[in-house]
Amino acid sequence: MKASLGSRILYSAWARPILLIALLLVIWELVIVVFRIPPYLIPAPLDVVKQLVLEWPKLFRESLMTTYATLGGFGLSILFGIPMALLIAYSRTTESFVYPLLVFSQSVPKVAIAPLFVVWFGFGITPKIISAFLLGFFPIVVSTVVGFKSVEREMLDLAHSMKATKLQIFMRISLPHALPSIFAGLKVSVTLAVVGAVVGEFVGSNSGIGYVLQIANGNFDLPLMFAALTVLSLIGVLLFAAVDLVEKLMIPWHASHRTEFHATA
Amino acid sequence: MSSVSSSVRHSGERGAASQPLIRIDGVTKVYRTADGPVESLKPLTFDLHAGEFIAIVGPSGCGKSTLLKLVAGLLTVTDGEIRVEGKPVHGPPDNVGIVFQSPVLLAWRNVLENVLLQIEMRRLSRAEYLPKAQALLAMTGLQDFGAKFPWELSGGMQQRTAICRALVHDPSVLLMDEPFGALDAMTRERMNLELQRIWYETKKTVMLITHSIPEAVFLADRVLVMTERPGSIAAIYDVNLPRPRSLAMMGDPEFVKLAQTIRGHFYAQGSLDA
Repeated sequence: MKASLGSRILYSAWARPILLIALLLVIWELVIVVFRIPPYLIPAPLDVVKQLVLEWPKLFRESLMTTYATLGGFGLSILFGIPMALLIAYSRTTESFVYPLLVFSQSVPKVAIAPLFVVWFGFGITPKIISAFLLGFFPIVVSTVVGFKSVEREMLDLAHSMKATKLQIFMRISLPHALPSIFAGLKVSVTLAVVGAVVGEFVGSNSGIGYVLQIANGNFDLPLMFAALTVLSLIGVLLFAAVDLVEKLMIPWHASHRTEFHATA
Repeated sequence: MSSVSSSVRHSGERGAASQPLIRIDGVTKVYRTADGPVESLKPLTFDLHAGEFIAIVGPSGCGKSTLLKLVAGLLTVTDGEIRVEGKPVHGPPDNVGIVFQSPVLLAWRNVLENVLLQIEMRRLSRAEYLPKAQALLAMTGLQDFGAKFPWELSGGMQQRTAICRALVHDPSVLLMDEPFGALDAMTRERMNLELQRIWYETKKTVMLITHSIPEAVFLADRVLVMTERPGSIAAIYDVNLPRPRSLAMMGDPEFVKLAQTIRGHFYAQGSLDA
């Protein structure tokens, strides 16, 4: 049976969210017209698109700043998060000392302490990177610890029966076993790092999407604000997709990629 | 012993001169736990001869898996000594292969690479053992599945892969811990036939831990029955049925009688869990 073009588009993975967004935009426009919502409360989608086009050069420039800060924070999260997780997963002493403190530190609202970073590190990119790092760090640690700790007992017994060295067990069993879990953490982390970067830009900055949001908010320029939010979401989506792509390349064997394979087979 | 068995493995025919391949001598195991020591195994003494197939049955938690791990060098004995080919076991010996209840295959490796994991971990020559791995896959009917990944295989095929992995470095001893416990009844019977054939063709010494009395009687030269925890030897039975055995033999009066006798141990202990 040959599927029609319409149903083929409907069944393709990328088309569905776009269709949903289109539908939501139509509803949004309709709601504004029907209920006569004034533009200073909610801007019409078309006005947002207009601002998006008009302010694109500026939005693009600022979004680069936000992306740098995000990537910086994300990179630091990986750099510190994974070794930290290894220490926790392989040493009970470290776990008992560090883990509770780490969880405790997560309940501190980053927004509240972000101004402090400005005092400490100035108005450059550093406080934004640190803010992104603080948000992106925790999910990586948690899921990496889970990944390394969930290697089955029998698998380790098997490796020991083969006289495997600790390094062999780590490289050939534990690390590949932990990768799916690590990537789950990376995906959460990268989206949170975007939030962290914007929080950093909110409190003390003259660049980045966070700064644009502040200015737009101050000027009651709601279309610009929504345009900036759109760009921000795009950054998040693109970074997420990038991590997803790396994951597909590194662990093509994992069940989460298999289902797709089956569906097309 | 009016046995029809012509097997040289039959215990009655073993000469005193033949050196046991595995010697378990006064072995005990006590686990240290937060609630104090827990005695898992009472002093155990028995021998396994080269090429012999021994099955160990016993109630859950009687320490039969502990015994297997002690022989595999994965646990250390509290007292007594285990020798494999005359050498005391301190840590995993070279000439042992293990199959667990779950196949524990690596999801990111195909069947052939899973079998060769044994060679990699032991830092043996891959080139030298590749033909051996392929021969084992062919012997277990997996020759066309070398490039498949574990999730593409049935449970029985996964367990056969695990058996190939346990045999690829050509050990003299094959230790099996409930290898077919997770399979459905039909597959399990097929695997029993398969294991008999593998054992026959490879001439390995097999120690099989099982919950299934028919499985034990069907496969083994000797069935060792263990008591409840702390585990000790309740009895050892010789199985004098001719080989190769067919599934139809499970209806043989001698088979039924022996299975019934073994079952009696568990009823007496009130802990049948087969």
